[in-house]
Amino acid sequence: MRFLEQMMKIDRRWIYLAIGLAVIIPAIIPFTVPVPVSKEVKNVHDFVENTDSNNPLFLAMDYDPSSMAELNPMAEAILKHAFSEDRKVIIVTLAQFGPGMVEEITTRIGKEYNRQYGVDYAFLGYRPYPAITIMLMGTDFRVPFPQDYYGTPLDSLPIMQGVKNFNNVRGVIDLTAGNTADMWIVYGNGRFNFPLAIGITGVMAADYYQYLQSDQIFGIIPGVKGAAEYEQMIGKPGQGKEQVSYQLVAHSVIILFIVMSNVAYFATRRQKKTIGGAQ
Amino acid sequence: MKREIPLMIVMVTGIIMFLQYFFPGRFLFIPFISSEKLFEFLNDWVMVIGILSLPLGIWSLLKANVNKLKAADERFYSAILLMGFLVMVISGWMPEWRTKGVHLAIFQSVLIPIQSTIFSLLAFFVASAAYRAFRARSVLATILLLTAFIIMMRFIPMGPISDINNWLVEKILMVPNMAAKRAIAMGIALGATATAIKIILGIERTYMGRD
Repeated sequence: MRFLEQMMKIDRRWIYLAIGLAVIIPAIIPFTVPVPVSKEVKNVHDFVENTDSNNPLFLAMDYDPSSMAELNPMAEAILKHAFSEDRKVIIVTLAQFGPGMVEEITTRIGKEYNRQYGVDYAFLGYRPYPAITIMLMGTDFRVPFPQDYYGTPLDSLPIMQGVKNFNNVRGVIDLTAGNTADMWIVYGNGRFNFPLAIGITGVMAADYYQYLQSDQIFGIIPGVKGAAEYEQMIGKPGQGKEQVSYQLVAHSVIILFIVMSNVAYFATRRQKKTIGGAQ
Repeated sequence: MKREIPLMIVMVTGIIMFLQYFFPGRFLFIPFISSEKLFEFLNDWVMVIGILSLPLGIWSLLKANVNKLKAADERFYSAILLMGFLVMVISGWMPEWRTKGVHLAIFQSVLIPIQSTIFSLLAFFVASAAYRAFRARSVLATILLLTAFIIMMRFIPMGPISDINNWLVEKILMVPNMAAKRAIAMGIALGATATAIKIILGIERTYMGRD
């Protein structure tokens, strides 16, 4: 019983140590986790798959380095999928620390798949005020982005020929860790009615399922697990598939701690009642 | 007039932005005013006003940290901030400098690791908080505990049990979770609409300050 009492008052540093060890284990002993594919992730995959090569896909990477661990695997999987299938991609970021990160990913994957900048993909850059930028892009991409990230006028890019606004793209996939997802839903899909899917962090997922049922979005990629599902569908295991094993061990440890804490709580409560009754 | 002119600007702009939504072609059927152009023009103004506030923010940041250089215990952090600010502004001044050299190196080798590290600390705090908070102290706490348990279990492969658990997770997310979220979203939307109407009509004036 003394052990259970101690468990109730466990020093938080022991919990930190356990979590630290839990995330080190998969690094020392790598293993793969079977990931069943969910319908909402499959919808995004099928959407990219069914995009024809003349109709560009619009990818908004609206996240900062703080959430790159969860969202970079999604971005990489979508770009790898699009580039391997010869799909064109227009990319923007509405996050202030996004540009450097987006530039690195797009350039790296573009080179990996031998894609030509300006022809197969373009990075328009960053603009502040996400809601306003989305609405202005709905009238013409050239209004908020007269030039791309590298200072080239949009009209000089072959990929932008005949692409004025959201009417000329297949649809939008927004990868975000913040409320830009709401802005894309309200000001983007709501006003311009284009197909929209979102890739979000695991903790945000529960907030956005309502939009899936109302058809305001056609798909959701939730967290690392969603990225792993996407990677599984395209047959290119990457960061998502790797990270899901870390997540599995960390979640198992947290669940174990919750169970232990409740066992200790009920045991000590019963003991207190017994002592109270005896007195 | 100090209050009346801003109130008038807000009212006129608010009414124009409201009406242009309902006249997709010509604004109020006036032949020479396009709703689209009007919308672009007014949104450009939002960006212009926002950008005008940027020098104010930079001035305030620099002033506060230059003052802190005089205090011995805060000098180090302020010096780092000012140095980082100057290096990033100078190294990223030209668009072509942003994709190479010092600017990109600082971004990729300093900012990305710092932000990722801070965010990853969350896992430790969440674990500690879950240990202390998720206890079945009452009926509501037990429901919360069980729901969290089921949702977290979907990350753990358990063979056929996973299929049942995934089905349960889907039901939780799509029924009780969605009902609660929709109620909250509708409440927020109605509140925002009411506030917008109050601002347009000049009833709500707190955004102008006390003067």
